[in-house]
Amino acid sequence: MAGILLEDIRKSFGATQVLKGVTVVMQPGEFLSLVGPSGCGKTTLLRIIAGLESADAGRVLVGGREVTGLRAADRDIAMVFQNYALYPHLTVAENLAMPLIMRRLTAPQRLPLLGRLMPGTRARRAEVAARVAEAAEALRIGHLLDRRPAQLSGGQRQRVALGRALVRQPRAFLMDEPLSNLDAELRASTRREIVELHRQAGVTTVYVTHDQVEAMTMSDRVAVMMGGKLLQLGTPREVYEHPCDLRVAAFLGSPRINTLPVLAGEGQVHLGPLALPVAAKAPPGARLTLGLRPEALCLGGPRGLPARVDHLEFLGAELLLHARLEAGQVSIIARLPVAEAAGLGIGASVTLAADWTAALLFDAEGRRIGAAAQHETLAHA
Amino acid sequence: MRPGPERSLLADLPRLLLLGFGALLVLAPYLWMLSASLKPGGEIFRDSLSLWPERFHALENYGKALREVPLLRFLLNGAVVCLAILALQLLFAVPCAYALAKLRWCGREAMFALVLAGLLIPAHVPALPLYAGFAAAGLLDSYAALVAPFAISVFGIFMFRQAFRSLPDELIQAARMDGMGELGIVWRVVLPNAWPTATAFATFSIVAHWNDLFWPLVVVQSPAMATPALGVLFFRAEEAGNDVGALMAASVIVTAPMVAFFLLAQRRFIQGVATAGLKG
Repeated sequence: MAGILLEDIRKSFGATQVLKGVTVVMQPGEFLSLVGPSGCGKTTLLRIIAGLESADAGRVLVGGREVTGLRAADRDIAMVFQNYALYPHLTVAENLAMPLIMRRLTAPQRLPLLGRLMPGTRARRAEVAARVAEAAEALRIGHLLDRRPAQLSGGQRQRVALGRALVRQPRAFLMDEPLSNLDAELRASTRREIVELHRQAGVTTVYVTHDQVEAMTMSDRVAVMMGGKLLQLGTPREVYEHPCDLRVAAFLGSPRINTLPVLAGEGQVHLGPLALPVAAKAPPGARLTLGLRPEALCLGGPRGLPARVDHLEFLGAELLLHARLEAGQVSIIARLPVAEAAGLGIGASVTLAADWTAALLFDAEGRRIGAAAQHETLAHA
Repeated sequence: MRPGPERSLLADLPRLLLLGFGALLVLAPYLWMLSASLKPGGEIFRDSLSLWPERFHALENYGKALREVPLLRFLLNGAVVCLAILALQLLFAVPCAYALAKLRWCGREAMFALVLAGLLIPAHVPALPLYAGFAAAGLLDSYAALVAPFAISVFGIFMFRQAFRSLPDELIQAARMDGMGELGIVWRVVLPNAWPTATAFATFSIVAHWNDLFWPLVVVQSPAMATPALGVLFFRAEEAGNDVGALMAASVIVTAPMVAFFLLAQRRFIQGVATAGLKG
């Protein structure tokens, strides 16, 4: 088990700056997700940790040891690739054994035929076989050991790829969107399984994904990256409830957070003619964005925000109500219990009440600024 | 008409006939050689055309071929030279091709351009300077002289490079993560996954050098070092100038290993192509 320290990592491909100075401190045994839209640099960062790519500037430390200049082979890190990258010409057992053979056997011992004659080879090979059997057992792929990757389903290949990483107990695991090639059902069960494997092995894990659900459900901490920068690093709850940037708020959560263009006022903010009871730490008149999660809205009495229903999405346990606010003609989505929305039709007039304590305010650059809900009712200015 | 095997056979008939005719055309000299090796001299040059000998003269022909010159020695020389050339070609071409296909380094494109340029030079162009070199080094009439000029095959580098390029980068990166060095990757991962190419290249190389007459003719004088093709030439020059039956028998013996090899490799080759075609 080893912590990972990334210090001011920079990387450019030609004229494109992919990483613009990323610093991350990972605790030993932590499960950290790098999440962000495609092209945000998360995979490049992972490959720099792995040693498959070298950074233009910055340092990588694994377990307190600087590995910046080391080859991938010498870093003792295992990686699961998006397309699994199993050796097509080897059986599952040989695939699992390869990392052990490369590390536990000496070069002469690895020679074909001749290696069998070297002293100690037999004992080492037996060790490797035992370890392979153990890992295969843990991943329930024991019955597949004689097959080749081409004869396996996507889910089975994925397990073999996990097994190949697990089998040698590395200092850290890196996973590059390992679930993206699986169907939805398999993805959900494998997600849980990876978390359990991590809990058992306790090995520091960096998990790259563009799927915020994966990042939120699996990780101890989530690192949200955008445009080659680390925007926020925190527990899933922190980054969801207290995003430091409008882009983070917009990226996490489905459906997306509602954003309302507002003007700062005295102890309140103004949305068109409406005064909303949120105090902004900003000079009056400043243009701000107010973020409000769909679950912070409910159908309210006469004092809510007046809106017209555009669209209804029935999800089973709940319902998404898409509406257009009369003030400012802004689209807004509310997540409602199904019973509450009974009888609503498209075009109906509703009023939406909000939990203003959950409101988030962002300045013109998208940076989070302080907001305090005021205990007063919504008033027409 | 409904689709079925009968119908497709009928539809394929013109194509089959055409291909069959082409194959016959290509095989005809070989068949004639085979038939002539079984006939006595007089029968070969009769003006009637018949493949089957009236009088079997096989024992005499093959016996003479094996007796007059050390044919088996020629075959052994051929095997040694071809295998040595193939081994060296693989030893150099595979890592070179890997470096050209999968590693990023300064000057890679220029180096590849040189490889392509090398493809354009016919083997006969450097023959004279090479001969002079071997003569100066006192290496004429040796395996070294037969093998060394072909140790590096630009064609092999080119062929393997094209094949290696289609391997996914992740496979190589996974091997690096597993702790392999670059040479380990070349021999343990890259080459085994380009098996059809390796088989095809081996076929090209072995057939070409087994049948090569030009270079052995330049550097070899003694029958002890002769390769099969050169051996047949010696045979004709020495004894059997006009014994065509025996000459044909010698030719059959000399080509037989190639035919056998080709049939075996072809099977392997098709297997390799079939499995490589599966989406894995």
